[in-house]
Amino acid sequence: MGLELYLDLLSQPCRAVYIFAKKNSIPFELRTVDLRKGQHLSDAFAQISPLQKVPVLKDGDFTLTESVAILLYMTRKYKVPDHWYPQDLQARARVDEYLAWQHMALRRNCLRALWHKVMLPVFLGEPVSPEMLAATLAELDVTLQVLEDKFLQDKAFLAGPHVSLADLVAITELMHPVGAGCQVFEGRPKLAVWRQRVEAAVGEVLFQEAHEVILKAKHSQPADPTIKQKMMSRVLAMIQ
Amino acid sequence: MGLELYLDLLSQPCRAVYIFAKKNGIPFELRTVDLLKGQHHSDDFAQVNPLKKVPALKDGDFTLAESVAILLYLSRKYETPDHWYPQDLQARARVDEYLAWQHTALRTSCTRTLWQKMMFPVFLGQRVPPEMLASTLAELDRCLQLFEDKFLKDQDFLAGSHISVADLVAITELMHPVSAGCQIFKSRPKLEAWCQRVEAAVGEGLFQEAHAAIMKAKDLPPADAAMKEKLKPFIQLLLQ
Repeated sequence: MGLELYLDLLSQPCRAVYIFAKKNSIPFELRTVDLRKGQHLSDAFAQISPLQKVPVLKDGDFTLTESVAILLYMTRKYKVPDHWYPQDLQARARVDEYLAWQHMALRRNCLRALWHKVMLPVFLGEPVSPEMLAATLAELDVTLQVLEDKFLQDKAFLAGPHVSLADLVAITELMHPVGAGCQVFEGRPKLAVWRQRVEAAVGEVLFQEAHEVILKAKHSQPADPTIKQKMMSRVLAMIQ
Repeated sequence: MGLELYLDLLSQPCRAVYIFAKKNGIPFELRTVDLLKGQHHSDDFAQVNPLKKVPALKDGDFTLAESVAILLYLSRKYETPDHWYPQDLQARARVDEYLAWQHTALRTSCTRTLWQKMMFPVFLGQRVPPEMLASTLAELDRCLQLFEDKFLKDQDFLAGSHISVADLVAITELMHPVSAGCQIFKSRPKLEAWCQRVEAAVGEGLFQEAHAAIMKAKDLPPADAAMKEKLKPFIQLLLQ
Protein backbone atom coordinates (compact mmCIF):
# COMPACT_ATOMS: atom_id res chain seq x y z
CA MET A 1 0.00 0.00 0.00
CA GLY A 2 1.48 3.36 -1.03
CA LEU A 3 0.79 6.78 0.41
CA GLU A 4 -2.76 7.34 1.67
CA LEU A 5 -4.24 10.74 2.43
CA TYR A 6 -7.37 10.91 4.57
CA LEU A 7 -9.10 14.13 3.55
CA ASP A 8 -12.34 16.05 3.33
CA LEU A 9 -11.97 19.02 1.00
CA LEU A 10 -14.47 20.87 3.16
CA SER A 11 -11.52 21.37 5.53
CA GLN A 12 -8.92 24.07 4.83
CA PRO A 13 -5.84 22.12 5.86
CA CYS A 14 -7.02 19.19 3.72
CA ARG A 15 -7.17 21.46 0.69
CA ALA A 16 -3.59 22.62 1.23
CA VAL A 17 -2.39 19.00 1.48
CA TYR A 18 -4.44 17.95 -1.58
CA ILE A 19 -3.22 20.80 -3.77
CA PHE A 20 0.40 20.24 -2.72
CA ALA A 21 0.30 16.52 -3.44
CA LYS A 22 -1.44 16.97 -6.79
CA LYS A 23 0.70 19.88 -7.91
CA ASN A 24 3.86 17.91 -7.19
CA SER A 25 2.46 14.72 -8.74
CA ILE A 26 2.92 12.82 -5.51
CA PRO A 27 1.13 9.49 -5.99
CA PHE A 28 -1.46 8.82 -3.30
CA GLU A 29 -4.73 7.04 -2.58
CA LEU A 30 -7.39 9.52 -1.62
CA ARG A 31 -9.40 8.28 1.37
CA THR A 32 -12.39 10.57 1.76
CA VAL A 33 -13.59 11.14 5.31
CA ASP A 34 -16.97 12.90 5.06
CA LEU A 35 -17.03 15.28 8.01
CA ARG A 36 -20.65 16.28 7.55
CA LYS A 37 -21.64 12.61 7.78
CA GLY A 38 -19.57 12.29 10.96
CA GLN A 39 -17.22 9.76 9.38
CA HIS A 40 -14.30 11.17 11.36
CA LEU A 41 -16.06 10.01 14.52
CA SER A 42 -16.31 6.39 13.40
CA ASP A 43 -14.45 3.59 15.16
CA ALA A 44 -12.79 2.72 11.85
CA PHE A 45 -11.30 6.17 11.52
CA ALA A 46 -10.27 6.23 15.21
CA GLN A 47 -8.04 3.26 14.33
CA ILE A 48 -6.32 5.44 11.76
CA SER A 49 -6.12 8.49 14.01
CA PRO A 50 -7.24 8.67 17.65
CA LEU A 51 -7.39 12.47 17.37
CA GLN A 52 -10.32 11.99 14.95
CA LYS A 53 -9.36 14.89 12.72
CA VAL A 54 -8.36 15.38 9.11
CA PRO A 55 -6.00 15.52 7.31
CA VAL A 56 -4.14 12.33 8.13
CA LEU A 57 -1.28 10.78 6.16
CA LYS A 58 -0.56 7.08 6.22
CA ASP A 59 2.66 5.85 4.63
CA GLY A 60 2.87 2.11 5.27
CA ASP A 61 2.97 1.78 9.06
CA PHE A 62 3.71 5.45 9.56
CA THR A 63 0.70 7.64 10.41
CA LEU A 64 0.99 11.42 10.64
CA THR A 65 -1.49 14.14 11.65
CA GLU A 66 -1.27 17.96 11.43
CA SER A 67 -1.30 19.51 7.96
CA VAL A 68 1.93 21.47 8.53
CA ALA A 69 3.77 18.28 9.50
CA ILE A 70 2.22 16.44 6.53
CA LEU A 71 3.24 19.17 4.07
CA LEU A 72 6.81 19.19 5.41
CA TYR A 73 6.99 15.38 5.31
CA MET A 74 5.92 15.29 1.66
CA THR A 75 8.29 18.17 0.83
CA ARG A 76 11.23 16.18 2.13
CA LYS A 77 10.26 12.68 1.04
CA TYR A 78 9.38 13.62 -2.53
CA LYS A 79 12.10 16.24 -2.99
CA VAL A 80 9.81 18.90 -4.43
CA PRO A 81 11.12 22.15 -6.03
CA ASP A 82 13.02 24.35 -3.59
CA HIS A 83 10.61 27.29 -3.60
CA TRP A 84 7.97 25.37 -1.64
CA TYR A 85 10.25 25.30 1.43
CA PRO A 86 13.43 27.16 0.45
CA GLN A 87 16.85 26.02 1.60
CA ASP A 88 17.81 29.65 2.17
CA LEU A 89 17.91 30.16 5.94
CA GLN A 90 15.96 33.40 6.10
CA ALA A 91 13.40 32.53 3.41
CA ARG A 92 12.72 29.21 5.18
CA ALA A 93 12.35 31.06 8.50
CA ARG A 94 9.69 33.26 6.90
CA VAL A 95 7.73 30.19 5.86
CA ASP A 96 8.08 28.69 9.36
CA GLU A 97 7.01 31.98 10.91
CA TYR A 98 3.84 32.06 8.84
CA LEU A 99 3.05 28.39 9.40
CA ALA A 100 3.36 28.90 13.18
CA TRP A 101 1.41 32.18 13.37
CA GLN A 102 -1.54 31.02 11.32
CA HIS A 103 -2.82 28.34 13.74
CA MET A 104 -4.23 30.81 16.25
CA ALA A 105 -4.76 33.66 13.83
CA LEU A 106 -5.97 33.25 10.25
CA ARG A 107 -7.01 29.61 10.65
CA ARG A 108 -9.00 30.29 13.73
CA ASN A 109 -10.75 33.34 12.29
CA CYS A 110 -11.53 31.75 8.93
CA LEU A 111 -12.98 28.71 10.67
CA ARG A 112 -15.16 30.88 12.92
CA ALA A 113 -16.32 32.98 9.95
CA LEU A 114 -17.50 29.89 8.06
CA TRP A 115 -19.18 28.31 11.06
CA HIS A 116 -20.82 31.44 12.40
CA LYS A 117 -22.02 32.60 9.00
CA VAL A 118 -23.01 29.34 7.35
CA MET A 119 -22.34 26.01 9.03
CA LEU A 120 -23.96 26.59 12.41
CA PRO A 121 -27.21 27.98 11.00
CA VAL A 122 -27.45 25.96 7.77
CA PHE A 123 -25.84 22.63 8.66
CA LEU A 124 -26.52 22.41 12.38
CA GLY A 125 -29.67 24.51 12.53
CA GLU A 126 -28.19 26.62 15.31
CA PRO A 127 -28.81 30.35 14.88
CA VAL A 128 -25.93 32.74 15.47
CA SER A 129 -26.69 36.22 16.77
CA PRO A 130 -25.88 39.14 14.46
CA GLU A 131 -23.59 40.55 17.19
CA MET A 132 -21.57 37.33 17.37
CA LEU A 133 -21.26 37.18 13.60
CA ALA A 134 -20.28 40.84 13.43
CA ALA A 135 -17.60 40.32 16.09
CA THR A 136 -16.20 37.30 14.23
CA LEU A 137 -16.07 39.16 10.93
CA ALA A 138 -14.39 42.13 12.63
CA GLU A 139 -11.71 39.81 14.05
CA LEU A 140 -11.22 38.29 10.60
CA ASP A 141 -10.76 41.78 9.23
CA VAL A 142 -8.03 42.55 11.76
CA THR A 143 -6.23 39.31 10.88
CA LEU A 144 -6.43 40.06 7.16
CA GLN A 145 -4.78 43.40 7.85
CA VAL A 146 -1.95 41.64 9.70
CA LEU A 147 -1.61 39.19 6.79
CA GLU A 148 -1.17 42.11 4.40
CA ASP A 149 0.96 44.39 6.57
CA LYS A 150 3.22 41.97 8.40
CA PHE A 151 3.42 38.92 6.13
CA LEU A 152 2.77 39.89 2.53
CA GLN A 153 4.01 43.51 2.61
CA ASP A 154 5.23 44.42 -0.89
CA LYS A 155 6.37 40.96 -1.84
CA ALA A 156 4.91 38.80 -4.59
CA PHE A 157 4.36 35.91 -2.17
CA LEU A 158 4.38 35.53 1.61
CA ALA A 159 7.96 34.30 1.95
CA GLY A 160 9.47 36.16 -1.01
CA PRO A 161 9.41 36.10 -4.81
CA HIS A 162 8.09 32.55 -5.18
CA VAL A 163 5.06 30.58 -4.01
CA SER A 164 5.72 28.48 -0.92
CA LEU A 165 3.85 26.29 1.60
CA ALA A 166 2.91 29.49 3.42
CA ASP A 167 0.89 30.77 0.45
CA LEU A 168 -0.84 27.44 0.01
CA VAL A 169 -1.85 27.27 3.67
CA ALA A 170 -2.99 30.91 3.60
CA ILE A 171 -5.03 30.77 0.43
CA THR A 172 -6.89 27.62 1.41
CA GLU A 173 -7.77 29.35 4.69
CA LEU A 174 -9.11 32.43 2.92
CA MET A 175 -11.37 30.32 0.75
CA HIS A 176 -13.28 29.36 3.89
CA PRO A 177 -14.88 32.79 4.40
CA VAL A 178 -15.15 33.11 0.61
CA GLY A 179 -17.18 29.90 0.63
CA ALA A 180 -19.32 31.46 3.36
CA GLY A 181 -20.03 34.44 1.11
CA CYS A 182 -17.63 36.92 2.73
CA GLN A 183 -16.08 39.43 0.32
CA VAL A 184 -12.61 38.91 1.71
CA PHE A 185 -10.79 40.44 -1.25
CA GLU A 186 -13.08 43.43 -1.70
CA GLY A 187 -11.29 46.62 -0.75
CA ARG A 188 -8.05 44.67 -0.46
CA PRO A 189 -6.44 44.98 -3.89
CA LYS A 190 -3.03 43.83 -2.65
CA LEU A 191 -4.50 40.62 -1.29
CA ALA A 192 -6.64 40.12 -4.42
CA VAL A 193 -3.57 40.36 -6.66
CA TRP A 194 -1.67 37.94 -4.40
CA ARG A 195 -4.58 35.51 -4.62
CA GLN A 196 -4.45 35.59 -8.43
CA ARG A 197 -0.71 34.96 -8.35
CA VAL A 198 -1.12 31.98 -6.05
CA GLU A 199 -3.97 30.55 -8.15
CA ALA A 200 -1.85 30.94 -11.29
CA ALA A 201 1.15 29.29 -9.56
CA VAL A 202 -1.02 26.36 -8.43
CA GLY A 203 -2.93 26.16 -11.70
CA GLU A 204 -6.52 27.30 -12.18
CA VAL A 205 -7.93 23.82 -12.76
CA LEU A 206 -6.38 22.26 -9.68
CA PHE A 207 -7.37 25.28 -7.59
CA GLN A 208 -11.01 25.10 -8.71
CA GLU A 209 -11.09 21.34 -8.20
CA ALA A 210 -9.78 21.63 -4.64
CA HIS A 211 -12.32 24.32 -3.80
CA GLU A 212 -15.47 22.88 -5.34
CA VAL A 213 -16.72 21.52 -2.02
CA ILE A 214 -16.17 24.64 0.10
CA LEU A 215 -17.76 26.88 -2.52
CA LYS A 216 -20.94 24.82 -2.17
CA ALA A 217 -20.83 24.78 1.65
CA LYS A 218 -23.76 27.14 2.03
CA HIS A 219 -25.91 24.53 0.31
CA SER A 220 -25.04 21.87 2.92
CA GLN A 221 -27.90 19.53 3.77
CA PRO A 222 -28.94 19.88 7.40
CA ALA A 223 -27.11 17.42 9.63
CA ASP A 224 -28.67 14.16 10.65
CA PRO A 225 -29.83 14.69 14.29
CA THR A 226 -27.69 11.79 15.59
CA ILE A 227 -24.64 13.18 13.82
CA LYS A 228 -25.40 16.65 15.11
CA GLN A 229 -25.51 15.39 18.67
CA LYS A 230 -22.17 13.59 18.27
CA MET A 231 -20.53 16.60 16.66
CA MET A 232 -21.84 19.51 18.67
CA SER A 233 -19.36 19.65 21.55
CA ARG A 234 -16.42 19.08 19.22
CA VAL A 235 -17.61 21.83 16.89
CA LEU A 236 -17.97 24.28 19.75
CA ALA A 237 -14.49 23.39 21.03
CA MET A 238 -13.06 23.77 17.53
CA ILE A 239 -14.41 27.26 16.98
CA GLN A 240 -13.70 28.57 20.49
CA MET B 1 25.46 43.72 16.59
CA GLY B 2 25.18 39.94 16.97
CA LEU B 3 22.13 37.86 17.68
CA GLU B 4 19.53 39.46 19.94
CA LEU B 5 16.72 37.57 21.64
CA TYR B 6 13.79 39.57 22.93
CA LEU B 7 12.33 37.55 25.79
CA ASP B 8 10.32 37.58 28.98
CA LEU B 9 10.86 34.34 30.88
CA LEU B 10 7.32 34.57 32.23
CA SER B 11 6.31 33.40 28.76
CA GLN B 12 6.48 29.69 27.94
CA PRO B 13 7.76 30.04 24.35
CA CYS B 14 10.46 32.44 25.59
CA ARG B 15 11.69 29.82 28.03
CA ALA B 16 11.99 27.24 25.28
CA VAL B 17 14.04 29.63 23.13
CA TYR B 18 16.20 30.68 26.10
CA ILE B 19 16.97 27.11 27.16
CA PHE B 20 17.74 26.07 23.58
CA ALA B 21 20.14 28.97 22.99
CA LYS B 22 21.91 28.54 26.33
CA LYS B 23 22.14 24.76 26.12
CA ASN B 24 23.72 24.99 22.69
CA GLY B 25 26.16 27.73 23.64
CA ILE B 26 24.62 30.11 21.09
CA PRO B 27 25.93 33.62 21.80
CA PHE B 28 23.19 36.21 22.12
CA GLU B 29 22.27 39.51 23.75
CA LEU B 30 19.26 39.06 26.00
CA ARG B 31 16.77 41.90 25.53
CA THR B 32 14.20 41.68 28.29
CA VAL B 33 10.68 42.74 27.34
CA ASP B 34 8.63 43.03 30.54
CA LEU B 35 5.17 41.82 29.58
CA LEU B 36 3.43 42.78 32.80
CA LYS B 37 4.72 46.34 32.33
CA GLY B 38 3.36 46.28 28.77
CA GLN B 39 6.79 46.77 27.19
CA HIS B 40 5.74 44.62 24.23
CA HIS B 41 3.46 47.48 23.19
CA SER B 42 6.27 50.00 22.82
CA ASP B 43 7.06 51.56 19.43
CA ASP B 44 10.67 50.37 19.72
CA PHE B 45 9.62 46.79 20.15
CA ALA B 46 7.15 47.05 17.26
CA GLN B 47 10.20 47.62 15.04
CA VAL B 48 11.48 44.23 16.09
CA ASN B 49 8.12 42.45 16.01
CA PRO B 50 5.03 44.23 14.63
CA LEU B 51 2.98 41.36 16.08
CA LYS B 52 3.97 42.78 19.51
CA LYS B 53 4.74 39.43 21.01
CA VAL B 54 7.66 37.61 22.55
CA PRO B 55 9.83 35.82 21.76
CA ALA B 56 11.37 37.75 18.91
CA LEU B 57 14.77 37.37 17.28
CA LYS B 58 16.95 40.00 15.63
CA ASP B 59 19.97 38.88 13.65
CA GLY B 60 21.48 41.95 12.03
CA ASP B 61 18.67 43.30 9.84
CA PHE B 62 16.71 40.09 9.99
CA THR B 63 13.85 39.93 12.49
CA LEU B 64 11.79 36.84 13.25
CA ALA B 65 8.72 36.12 15.36
CA GLU B 66 7.16 32.82 16.52
CA SER B 67 9.09 30.52 18.87
CA VAL B 68 8.85 27.50 16.57
CA ALA B 69 10.35 29.47 13.68
CA ILE B 70 13.03 30.88 15.99
CA LEU B 71 13.99 27.44 17.35
CA LEU B 72 14.28 26.01 13.83
CA TYR B 73 16.29 29.03 12.63
CA LEU B 74 18.72 28.69 15.53
CA SER B 75 19.06 24.94 15.04
CA ARG B 76 19.97 25.43 11.38
CA LYS B 77 22.17 28.50 11.66
CA TYR B 78 24.19 27.16 14.58
CA GLU B 79 24.15 23.55 13.37
CA THR B 80 23.04 22.17 16.70
CA PRO B 81 23.28 18.41 17.42
CA ASP B 82 20.96 16.34 15.24
CA HIS B 83 18.66 15.12 18.01
CA TRP B 84 17.15 18.58 18.52
CA TYR B 85 15.52 18.42 15.06
CA PRO B 86 16.50 15.04 13.63
CA GLN B 87 17.38 14.54 9.98
CA ASP B 88 15.52 11.25 9.99
CA LEU B 89 12.31 11.81 8.00
CA GLN B 90 9.87 10.17 10.40
CA ALA B 91 11.50 11.43 13.61
CA ARG B 92 11.46 14.97 12.20
CA ALA B 93 7.82 14.55 11.22
CA ARG B 94 7.00 13.60 14.83
CA VAL B 95 8.64 16.82 16.04
CA ASP B 96 6.73 18.86 13.42
CA GLU B 97 3.51 17.14 14.38
CA TYR B 98 3.92 18.02 18.05
CA LEU B 99 5.02 21.60 17.31
CA ALA B 100 1.89 22.09 15.16
CA TRP B 101 -0.58 20.44 17.54
CA GLN B 102 0.53 22.29 20.65
CA HIS B 103 -0.45 25.79 19.43
CA THR B 104 -4.17 25.22 19.82
CA ALA B 105 -4.00 22.53 22.47
CA LEU B 106 -1.48 22.42 25.31
CA ARG B 107 -0.32 26.02 24.89
CA THR B 108 -3.79 27.51 25.07
CA SER B 109 -4.72 25.25 27.95
CA CYS B 110 -1.58 26.03 29.98
CA THR B 111 -1.89 29.79 29.46
CA ARG B 112 -5.53 29.81 30.54
CA THR B 113 -4.77 27.65 33.56
CA LEU B 114 -2.00 29.92 34.82
CA TRP B 115 -4.05 33.05 34.41
CA GLN B 116 -7.39 31.76 35.62
CA LYS B 117 -5.98 29.85 38.61
CA MET B 118 -3.30 32.21 39.76
CA MET B 119 -2.67 35.43 37.91
CA PHE B 120 -6.27 36.61 38.16
CA PRO B 121 -6.54 36.36 41.95
CA VAL B 122 -2.90 37.15 42.80
CA PHE B 123 -1.99 39.75 40.25
CA LEU B 124 -5.30 41.24 39.19
CA GLY B 125 -7.21 40.79 42.43
CA GLN B 126 -10.12 39.15 40.61
CA ARG B 127 -11.73 35.77 40.91
CA VAL B 128 -12.65 33.74 37.90
CA PRO B 129 -16.06 32.01 38.19
CA PRO B 130 -15.52 28.52 39.66
CA GLU B 131 -17.30 26.82 36.72
CA MET B 132 -14.94 28.51 34.28
CA LEU B 133 -11.84 27.44 36.24
CA ALA B 134 -13.21 23.91 36.54
CA SER B 135 -13.79 23.77 32.81
CA THR B 136 -10.27 25.06 32.12
CA LEU B 137 -8.71 22.47 34.44
CA ALA B 138 -10.77 19.73 32.83
CA GLU B 139 -9.52 20.81 29.41
CA LEU B 140 -5.92 20.80 30.71
CA ASP B 141 -6.48 17.30 31.99
CA ARG B 142 -7.78 16.21 28.61
CA CYS B 143 -4.74 17.73 26.86
CA LEU B 144 -2.37 16.01 29.26
CA GLN B 145 -4.04 12.69 28.57
CA LEU B 146 -3.71 13.22 24.81
CA PHE B 147 -0.11 14.25 25.34
CA GLU B 148 0.66 11.00 27.12
CA ASP B 149 -1.41 8.70 24.90
CA LYS B 150 -0.85 10.13 21.46
CA PHE B 151 2.50 11.92 21.62
CA LEU B 152 4.66 10.50 24.41
CA LYS B 153 3.31 6.94 24.38
CA ASP B 154 6.03 4.55 25.61
CA GLN B 155 8.93 6.59 24.35
CA ASP B 156 11.60 8.33 26.38
CA PHE B 157 11.05 11.60 24.56
CA LEU B 158 8.42 12.94 22.16
CA ALA B 159 10.31 12.08 18.97
CA GLY B 160 11.88 8.86 20.21
CA SER B 161 14.96 8.10 22.24
CA HIS B 162 16.48 11.57 22.38
CA ILE B 163 15.39 15.01 23.48
CA SER B 164 14.24 17.36 20.70
CA VAL B 165 12.80 20.87 20.43
CA ALA B 166 9.36 19.28 20.87
CA ASP B 167 10.25 18.26 24.45
CA LEU B 168 11.55 21.77 25.20
CA VAL B 169 8.38 23.38 23.93
CA ALA B 170 6.25 20.89 25.88
CA ILE B 171 8.06 21.12 29.20
CA THR B 172 8.13 24.90 29.27
CA GLU B 173 4.36 24.82 28.72
CA LEU B 174 3.79 22.39 31.57
CA MET B 175 5.71 24.57 33.99
CA HIS B 176 2.95 27.16 33.63
CA PRO B 177 0.28 25.13 35.46
CA VAL B 178 2.98 23.79 37.82
CA SER B 179 3.84 27.33 38.88
CA ALA B 180 0.11 27.97 39.44
CA GLY B 181 0.09 25.09 41.92
CA CYS B 182 -1.50 22.41 39.73
CA GLN B 183 -0.47 18.87 40.67
CA ILE B 184 -0.16 17.78 37.07
CA PHE B 185 2.17 14.87 37.83
CA LYS B 186 -0.07 13.38 40.51
CA SER B 187 -1.19 10.01 39.17
CA ARG B 188 0.75 10.64 35.96
CA PRO B 189 3.97 8.69 36.59
CA LYS B 190 4.78 8.47 32.89
CA LEU B 191 4.58 12.24 32.52
CA GLU B 192 6.64 12.77 35.66
CA ALA B 193 9.36 10.39 34.47
CA TRP B 194 9.50 12.20 31.12
CA CYS B 195 9.73 15.56 32.89
CA GLN B 196 12.70 14.35 34.93
CA ARG B 197 14.40 13.01 31.81
CA VAL B 198 13.96 16.34 30.02
CA GLU B 199 15.25 18.31 33.00
CA ALA B 200 18.30 16.04 33.20
CA ALA B 201 18.94 16.38 29.46
CA VAL B 202 18.69 20.18 29.69
CA GLY B 203 20.68 20.36 32.93
CA GLU B 204 19.19 21.20 36.33
CA GLY B 205 21.01 24.54 36.64
CA LEU B 206 19.78 25.88 33.31
CA PHE B 207 16.28 24.49 33.84
CA GLN B 208 15.93 26.17 37.26
CA GLU B 209 17.37 29.42 35.92
CA ALA B 210 14.90 29.54 33.04
CA HIS B 211 11.99 28.86 35.38
CA ALA B 212 12.93 31.14 38.28
CA ALA B 213 10.61 33.95 37.17
CA ILE B 214 7.51 31.83 36.56
CA MET B 215 7.98 29.91 39.80
CA LYS B 216 7.97 33.24 41.67
CA ALA B 217 4.98 34.60 39.79
CA LYS B 218 2.68 33.85 42.73
CA ASP B 219 4.65 36.37 44.79
CA LEU B 220 4.21 39.21 42.33
CA PRO B 221 2.92 42.45 43.79
CA PRO B 222 -0.62 43.20 42.62
CA ALA B 223 -0.96 45.07 39.36
CA ASP B 224 -1.64 48.78 39.53
CA ALA B 225 -4.54 50.40 37.66
CA ALA B 226 -2.38 51.31 34.66
CA MET B 227 -1.16 47.72 34.26
CA LYS B 228 -4.70 46.38 34.55
CA GLU B 229 -5.84 48.75 31.84
CA LYS B 230 -3.04 47.64 29.52
CA LEU B 231 -3.80 43.98 30.11
CA LYS B 232 -7.57 44.36 29.49
CA PRO B 233 -7.72 43.00 25.90
CA PHE B 234 -5.54 40.04 26.82
CA ILE B 235 -7.78 39.35 29.79
CA GLN B 236 -10.93 39.37 27.67
CA LEU B 237 -9.36 36.68 25.50
CA LEU B 238 -8.50 34.50 28.46
CA LEU B 239 -12.05 34.55 29.74
CA GLN B 240 -13.71 33.49 26.48
